[in-house]
Amino acid sequence: MGEESIIRKVVVPNRQGLHARPANMFVKVALQYQSQVEIARDGLTVSGKSILDVMTLAAEQGTELTIIVTGPDAETAANALVEVVRRFVEEDEEEGE
Amino acid sequence: MKFADFISVKAIKPELASKDKEAVIRELAGSLVASGDIMEDSAESIIKAILKREELGSTGIGRGIAVPHTKHPSVEKLVGTVGVSTEGVDFNSLDGESVHLFFLLVSPPDRPGDHLRALENISRQLRDDMFCKFLKQSKSVEDIKTLLDEADNNQFGS
Repeated sequence: MGEESIIRKVVVPNRQGLHARPANMFVKVALQYQSQVEIARDGLTVSGKSILDVMTLAAEQGTELTIIVTGPDAETAANALVEVVRRFVEEDEEEGE
Repeated sequence: MKFADFISVKAIKPELASKDKEAVIRELAGSLVASGDIMEDSAESIIKAILKREELGSTGIGRGIAVPHTKHPSVEKLVGTVGVSTEGVDFNSLDGESVHLFFLLVSPPDRPGDHLRALENISRQLRDDMFCKFLKQSKSVEDIKTLLDEADNNQFGS
């Protein structure tokens, strides 16, 4: 209803990139919010609430991601999603790397 | 990356016999041993690593799809295979549904980009309902190879 989107840019911090577990982490957080969540890189924009979609980004370490959140809880959601991308590093470590 | 770049056609399993998670992983890994894509003396270590990865969170990502995988130093390039279970297998998948379509991947530890590009290809094709439906209906290695070739030639999805 004419809501403005919150747009945040974040760089993939972890060596293994946006692989299956980080994708799952991201989607789990996105699904906690009512707002629509999109995630984009280099002109490719996909749903942030679908693991299959998020995995199609093939985002390596250093890739800039744009998170676009639209809806009633957009601000809180955007903050939580930026935070979850920062925590991707922990997912790599769990694999003992 | 295309399916032809990493799926070992000789290792494709159109009718998986296994009924549970560990057995399916063993059957698909065994198939990659039989096709010569992974070494027999590394197989047990690869299977253990895949099972350990599953403990961190199921690779059953929903919609009847699972992508069990691991990195392993015994492979020099990314290798993978496809398996189809008509009955479906309980894989503790994220949406609780049983899994019919399996893509098992083993990648060298120092090549995270290749692994991401394989996941990209698999997930992009599997977003297409027709691709999933045809794959589930496949009855032979030849059926699956034809379907993967069609996907590589952009006949499905976006």
